[in-house]
Amino acid sequence: MIRIENLTLGYGDRTLLERVSAHLPAGTLTPLIGRNGTGKSTLLRALAGLGERRGGRIRLDGKELDKLDPQRLACTAAFVTTERVRIAHLRCRDVVALGRAPYTDWIGRLGAEDAAAVARALAAVGMADYADRTMDRMSDGECQRVMIARALAQQTPVILLDEPTSFLDLPNRCELCALLARLAREEGKCILFSTHELDIALSLADRVALIDPPALHCLPAAEMIRSGHIERLFGSDVVRYDAATGNIRIGPKRG
Amino acid sequence: MKRRPALLFALLSLAAAALFAVDLTTGAVSIPLSDVWAALTGGEVPAATAKIVRSIRLLKAVVAVAAGAALAVSGLQMQTLFRNPLAGPYVLGISSGASLGVALFLLGAPVLGLTGGGAAASLGVAGAAWIGSAIVLAVIAAVGRRIKEIMVMLILGMMFSSGVGAVVQMLQYLSHEDALKSFVIWTMGSLGEVTAAQLALLLPAVVLGLALSVAAIKPLNLLLLGEHYARTMGLDIRRSRQLLFLSTTLLAGTVTAFCGPIGFVGLAVPHVARMLFREADHRILLPAAALTGIVVLLVCDIVSKQLTLPVNTITALLGIPIVIWVVVRNQTAA
Repeated sequence: MIRIENLTLGYGDRTLLERVSAHLPAGTLTPLIGRNGTGKSTLLRALAGLGERRGGRIRLDGKELDKLDPQRLACTAAFVTTERVRIAHLRCRDVVALGRAPYTDWIGRLGAEDAAAVARALAAVGMADYADRTMDRMSDGECQRVMIARALAQQTPVILLDEPTSFLDLPNRCELCALLARLAREEGKCILFSTHELDIALSLADRVALIDPPALHCLPAAEMIRSGHIERLFGSDVVRYDAATGNIRIGPKRG
Repeated sequence: MKRRPALLFALLSLAAAALFAVDLTTGAVSIPLSDVWAALTGGEVPAATAKIVRSIRLLKAVVAVAAGAALAVSGLQMQTLFRNPLAGPYVLGISSGASLGVALFLLGAPVLGLTGGGAAASLGVAGAAWIGSAIVLAVIAAVGRRIKEIMVMLILGMMFSSGVGAVVQMLQYLSHEDALKSFVIWTMGSLGEVTAAQLALLLPAVVLGLALSVAAIKPLNLLLLGEHYARTMGLDIRRSRQLLFLSTTLLAGTVTAFCGPIGFVGLAVPHVARMLFREADHRILLPAAALTGIVVLLVCDIVSKQLTLPVNTITALLGIPIVIWVVVRNQTAA
């Protein structure tokens, strides 16, 4: 579903990823992990067609990214950024309805099918009761879920999310990840999301993508845990990852 | 349509119609409404009254309607495109381009020993302003092709305005008293200098600009979430920017060319429309801003005629409190 071949990314004189290749099939939820500043957002933006790349090819749903016009790209991949969107007087329902833009007419009128997709998307993220609330009167977590509903309303085979769990508390974080996993499995979507929640990522996902600059490792979760990459990249004097239990331990190393 | 917008549209339309009538009665001589009606329908009125109403006041009121709608809609477009509540029709430097054109025409031509007069000069001012704003658009469009971040465009527009302002000051410093006075009067804005022949240019340009802005409603709604989100939802960003720049130049550029830079209407009216309608959707907000702009500029015109002051001073005095209110409210909300 997402196929990356020999992709090179960077900005300025810095190279983040060099000639990396990966394949993420349909029906899978893949967390993208890596330290700060290693290019998680840059990779997601490149996949969404927003960033420039230094080389290599990206194929989404079998189609070459460069050859998709903006509208067809919008029917193929939806993206949730970390950007905070707070617009006065803009109701949740209207935000989610914007996700129907690739399918609506010149002035954005919603048909019955569009309205149903909006209602389904709001219900999926548990925000159906908030449909008439305006975004300037909602918490960060609620706004985040509305933006995710907007991506769902776009009904794309590929969904990309940049740190979707960052404004959420622990139960909401787990719920959101479970929702993404369900969408991937039941609706056959290919979902890639960057996150810093190693434990959730490794316990929920079938495959994990890890940025180990300038390489990208894409392995089944169990294999990723055994590989030792995580301890090497995320371990420090105060934090370490316990591969045996899948937990993160804080405190000085003992023994 | 929902009830609140429908009610507001009806009320604002009524207010606009009433103000239009009041605008026709006000002026150096007050003409009763019955005489205005008679003059327009060809009834029994003194020839002088008929002439004032038909060839002066009607023209001026139509210009106020066109200018009010044009400035408000272009201001709304720029506020959404730049995601900045303090953007207005002039952020791209359209008014400074126009004033450079006019300054070169009024101040530069006499310095070079060229003189004109009468009607030729008045059309020349509008033409010079138009060329000035069109050149600004061409520069912005050329530079904009290479610029990804919309904020950079905003900064470029501001810097461009300041640079042009310096050139205009230079011209002012070097020029003769009479020329200086006509330039200063142009900068104060006037709805009354437009002739019937000019109106035949102004109206189609404004109508075309408004038609383009209606075509940009869906892109504007997507741009509410910012350019990145808009692009991932299928917005062709280059085409949309060009559409919005062209529409704004037609609207704000034309009005500025014929009426001079009229400040604060384009900046303040979109906020009034948002506040009244409690809407962010441009399908409602765009006509709402146009109608509010018409009402506001008619009020400003009536007040300016009664006090015999330039319309720009009135729009500024009415607009500034609104802008301050917006800034303070945003401050407390954050």
